[in-house]
Amino acid sequence: MAHIIKNRQIIEDSWQTIADDAELPTGSVLISLARWNQERAALLERSDPLGVRLPNTANIADLVADLPHWPVVALEFPKFADGRAYSQARLLRERYGYQGEIRAVGDVLRDQLWFMARSGFDAFAVRADRSLEDALAGFGDFSESYQPGADQSLPLYRRGRFTKT
Amino acid sequence: MYQYDHYDQTLVDERVAQFRGQVQRYLAGELTDDEFRPLRLMNGLYLQRHAPMLRVAIPYGLLSARQLRTLAHIARRYDQGYGHFTTRQNIQYNWPKLEETPDILAELAQVEMHAIQTSGNCIRNVTADHLSGVAPDEIEDPRIYCEIIRQWSTFHPEFSYLPRKFKIAVTGAAHDRAAAQVHDIGLNLLRNAQGEIGFRVLVGGGLGRTPIIGQVIREFLPQRDLLSYLEAILRVYNQYGRRDNIYKARIKILVKALGAVEFRAQVEAEWAYIKDSGLTLDQAEVERVRSYFTPPPYEADAAADSSLAQWQIGDPAFAAWVRHNVADHKTPGYRNVFVALKTPGVAPGDLTADQMDAVADFADRYSFGQIRATHHQNLLLPDVRQADLYPLWNALAAQKLAAPVIGTLADMICCPGLDFCSLANASSLAIAHQINEKFDRLDYLYDLGELRLNLSGCMNACGHHHVGHIGILGVDKKGEEWYQISLGGSSENDVTLGDILGPSVAKTEVANTLERVLQVYIEQRQDDERFLDTYRRIGLEPFRASAYVNEPEAIAPRKLRATQRPAVEAA
Repeated sequence: MAHIIKNRQIIEDSWQTIADDAELPTGSVLISLARWNQERAALLERSDPLGVRLPNTANIADLVADLPHWPVVALEFPKFADGRAYSQARLLRERYGYQGEIRAVGDVLRDQLWFMARSGFDAFAVRADRSLEDALAGFGDFSESYQPGADQSLPLYRRGRFTKT
Repeated sequence: MYQYDHYDQTLVDERVAQFRGQVQRYLAGELTDDEFRPLRLMNGLYLQRHAPMLRVAIPYGLLSARQLRTLAHIARRYDQGYGHFTTRQNIQYNWPKLEETPDILAELAQVEMHAIQTSGNCIRNVTADHLSGVAPDEIEDPRIYCEIIRQWSTFHPEFSYLPRKFKIAVTGAAHDRAAAQVHDIGLNLLRNAQGEIGFRVLVGGGLGRTPIIGQVIREFLPQRDLLSYLEAILRVYNQYGRRDNIYKARIKILVKALGAVEFRAQVEAEWAYIKDSGLTLDQAEVERVRSYFTPPPYEADAAADSSLAQWQIGDPAFAAWVRHNVADHKTPGYRNVFVALKTPGVAPGDLTADQMDAVADFADRYSFGQIRATHHQNLLLPDVRQADLYPLWNALAAQKLAAPVIGTLADMICCPGLDFCSLANASSLAIAHQINEKFDRLDYLYDLGELRLNLSGCMNACGHHHVGHIGILGVDKKGEEWYQISLGGSSENDVTLGDILGPSVAKTEVANTLERVLQVYIEQRQDDERFLDTYRRIGLEPFRASAYVNEPEAIAPRKLRATQRPAVEAA
């Protein structure tokens, strides 16, 4: 079974990513948004957990009604330098109050993890050719941040910057 | 001047450690070239023609004497003894070793400096009017807001992998000296009828291959909403800016495609959600930051000095320097002194390590230990007593930093060009030299009056050629350097993009062609008209008609090919 980083720990990934033309197995599955849209009624009947993988062009506002059905939302990084999913993650967490897992999938690498975590991602399917142990170090690059994010609604200056030493 | 606290220092130190690790992993083969590229660019490191180039931020143009000495030290120890000041208040080193760049960043961190986000597809070093806090026409000091924006944009989790680079400039005076209208976002500080501070917000300006003047999307944005509004703009851009074509990826293309009205509607819709959030700027924070930018202890009787007037009468060379290189100050008895980095024979914007040390000394002696970097690639000593101008002039002259040419044809903006940059088509520095040699007589330069000559070695337009009163662009034709001349641009309040004069000219003919263009101006000008005003009155035709005499080899610009070199590292 593959491993991912979840809540800054390496765990076995219990979610199976299922291609659009494959039959859905039992257990936890991740499917595409296209499939969800196409088979929505049938999928709502399904009892096993189901998560959805969103393209980074998906408009989160259009999906709000469906979010409660998804314990996992996977956001795609087709290339690590394509940063659209950072905005999607923040909107999910900060605007729409999504409490489930937000998983980074695709070109997910150590040097972006800190930004992803601050944007609301809590699970990271690090690219298969890279070490997860090494990637864990990426979360510790910085000990503070100036601006609000999904992890912190206040800027540094409103978090006791001038009362601490 | 802003002073780091524990948090600022920790973040910069952590950045050095992070980058050191990234360099080690790259050298060990654990990061590919493609993976390392954005990481190094976000620390200002380019891999260039001869060697890496490191771009260091001078946030909103402010330097202390101590910082300038560190820049000198770095030039000596890690480079070839000089640095190059750019149009966006950065300094570039052209010869560092990749392996040593983490050490350079560590040295910078010791004096509260960094190279964070000086390149890459992120929010770049925020720039400001070089006369911030000392301009007679100032409405409000932009440095306060620049520092607030610097902190908000530093390691921004959502906006570190944008479609393309993102540049913000802030002005706080009636006069735009920061080219704010050709930035991705231009912010003009102003007061409304109630006397409250706010910003006029322009979006979508930029030069490069598709020069566009920014459009106003908000006439008055209250101070409290500064960061939430910026975040809304960036969020719209991050989601909808094009990522399929590097040449179409700047926000200006998105604004143009949507139209300013629709773009504004999208920004305002986004802003409605975050207007009242943790981003709202509270007055206490503004005041805290303001407290770092209080005026130095000016002497109340500085204006009583009579020696300045005497020296001006007694020494015509000094008087010429005062006329050109000294600007008014809002405090009586004080002046702003330009340190001209426009010595003939030296690349515009270049300064040796020894000169940096000397300028740092002058700053300590004459200007409360402060120096500014300007958009026109000069330095400025912002708080000089008028009684000190004469000794300062002598001291600057001894360092070859007193060329009395600020605002003249010789005060060129010029990119490093083919000599250093892997994108360039043309040796812009050689052209600058050719122009300097041709127009070396001060009385001729003075007769031409205010003239902005901007020179770019390629279409990426680091030399801002589109907005020079005269612009020169290096183009490549079958491996040969040719030069396209444009007239009538301006980056100031009366912003315009220049018009192409006509066929490009051969490398050897640039200065000769300029001379003919300038002759038209001399013949046609009325009264004290500047070149730009004459051009606007009479148009391109008279210039075109005279420019090409004895120029049979000229070729039509449409036949010229844009650079085909990849521009992924375009500054």
